[in-house]
Amino acid sequence: MDKGTIFKFHNDLDTDQIIASQYLLLPNLEEMKAHTFESQDPDFAKKVKPGDYVVAGENFGCGSSREQAPGVLKALGVKAVVAKSFARIFFRNAINIGLPAIVCKDLPDEVQTGDTMELHMSEGTVEANGKTYTCTKLPEYMQLILNQGGLIASLNKEEDK
Amino acid sequence: MGMTIAEKIIAAAAGVESVRPGDIHTVNLDRMMSNDGTTHLTVDMYNNQLNHPHIADPKKLVFIVDHNVPSDNPKTAASQKKMRDFARENGIDFWEGKGVCHQIMMENYVCSGELIFGADSHTCSYGAVGAFGTGVGCTDFLYGMVTGTSWVLVPETVKFNLVGKLPEGVYARDLILEIIGTVGANGCNYQVMEFTGEGAKTLSISDRIALCNMAVEAGAKTGIFEPDEKAIAYLEEHGRKPKAIYHSDPDAVYAREYTFDLSKVRPVVAKPDFVDNLCPAEEVRGIKIDEAFLGSCNNGRIEDLRVGASIIKGHKVADRVRFLVVPASLEIYKQALKEGLIDIFMDAGAIVMNPNCSVCWGSCQGVIGENEVLISTGTRNFKGRAGHPSSKVYLGSAATVTASAIVGKIALAEDIQ
Repeated sequence: MDKGTIFKFHNDLDTDQIIASQYLLLPNLEEMKAHTFESQDPDFAKKVKPGDYVVAGENFGCGSSREQAPGVLKALGVKAVVAKSFARIFFRNAINIGLPAIVCKDLPDEVQTGDTMELHMSEGTVEANGKTYTCTKLPEYMQLILNQGGLIASLNKEEDK
Repeated sequence: MGMTIAEKIIAAAAGVESVRPGDIHTVNLDRMMSNDGTTHLTVDMYNNQLNHPHIADPKKLVFIVDHNVPSDNPKTAASQKKMRDFARENGIDFWEGKGVCHQIMMENYVCSGELIFGADSHTCSYGAVGAFGTGVGCTDFLYGMVTGTSWVLVPETVKFNLVGKLPEGVYARDLILEIIGTVGANGCNYQVMEFTGEGAKTLSISDRIALCNMAVEAGAKTGIFEPDEKAIAYLEEHGRKPKAIYHSDPDAVYAREYTFDLSKVRPVVAKPDFVDNLCPAEEVRGIKIDEAFLGSCNNGRIEDLRVGASIIKGHKVADRVRFLVVPASLEIYKQALKEGLIDIFMDAGAIVMNPNCSVCWGSCQGVIGENEVLISTGTRNFKGRAGHPSSKVYLGSAATVTASAIVGKIALAEDIQ
């Protein structure tokens, strides 16, 4: 697996910051993604590269249920979001669309934007700055959805039977 | 071991005798609601990503255009047209311009004992009549639309024992801000907030909606009251009956318990940029405002308009301040007209708008500019929530918002003579 660059955000980072209301009714995620994290860093969408990571503190993705929030991150190629904790709707939406949302208590305080890290999904670990961090395991049911590429892929598989 | 009301609703929806927090169950959904915030994406996914597109039961679906009403640009119009056409083609109940989705759901659909998914975080409002409503994204909505089911991780329940009665001039809005300020913005993450006790019985259905509506601001999956005679009377007034009446068992297990004495609650304000950034309203008295907003699924009901009108009657909105008054539904708007409240607001110089989400969600009408300040009865005060990222939002009750509109600075109702 390749290393990706970290973009770090604060505690209680809400979904309005990930993608603001005025962009939600644009036709699709491709048009919306240029506005990702606009209130935090207007150049985020230009800086982030496929394979990079979003790291945050507690309660990441609180607020609105807008699935556009994990959607634009995935559309930009963000590989995973690693946070101390997630708000429940964001967490569920991320898994449903096949974007890994990983709980890791220790990593967020010890890394900065611009550091690099590597996520080992199957081992449940993250490597950054020469240190290995252990992540909380996803419930088996959610891991299964993620492994199948999200809830719609899993639904299609069920209905193909 | 007993179950809580939320656990009983999930058990019934899963067709099992009992459930425990942490269990994952497949549940049958009684109803699903989606609004114009995300439905265009759901329709695209339905048309482009499903191998076998079909709808389990269109009668269980409700589509509501409420976030950008009337539409403000051609792209919004196109997204809403997609939703409108899909609803018509598939026989789905469709509402437009009639109010904020949760108010329409409360007035027309929600029944005690039901399990309802809504593609909007404030779906937790439905606990006001003892239903389990929770917010989901469009992928969950699509899955439910196709299968009629979803998966649920049974949440723990936190008990909020309410005692006493709210004093004159203090509202359910102050109480829920106080509760969120106490437990924190993720204080009940993935849990249910159950409001109970003698104090809970004193609250009207409008008050209960205000409490349950903001459960998500403490991270909760839903907020819920046990349905009592007030809940049943509310349903009857709207031509409906409970699906089932559940009560929490005496030996139900709670993750935590809090007690709030309603008689001790005072007017409070949530300061920018977090809903749990609580302070007594006096502490922010005098902060200059540019706009005041009375409306939203949290506080745009007839009871709130009555409070605002009683304070502003005979007064004027301050010079260079916009005061937006937005009834949460057409039913409320018409009632306010009958009671003469709209005349009072208009005579005072307020801008009375059509029922919709308005500036509470920071798109469409009333959006504020660079460094502007809004005091609002809306649901959130996140950075840039109402417009420009540098703008600021304070949350207060209908009374505090109206008093502030008159003074042009954050003020309390007692400041208006």
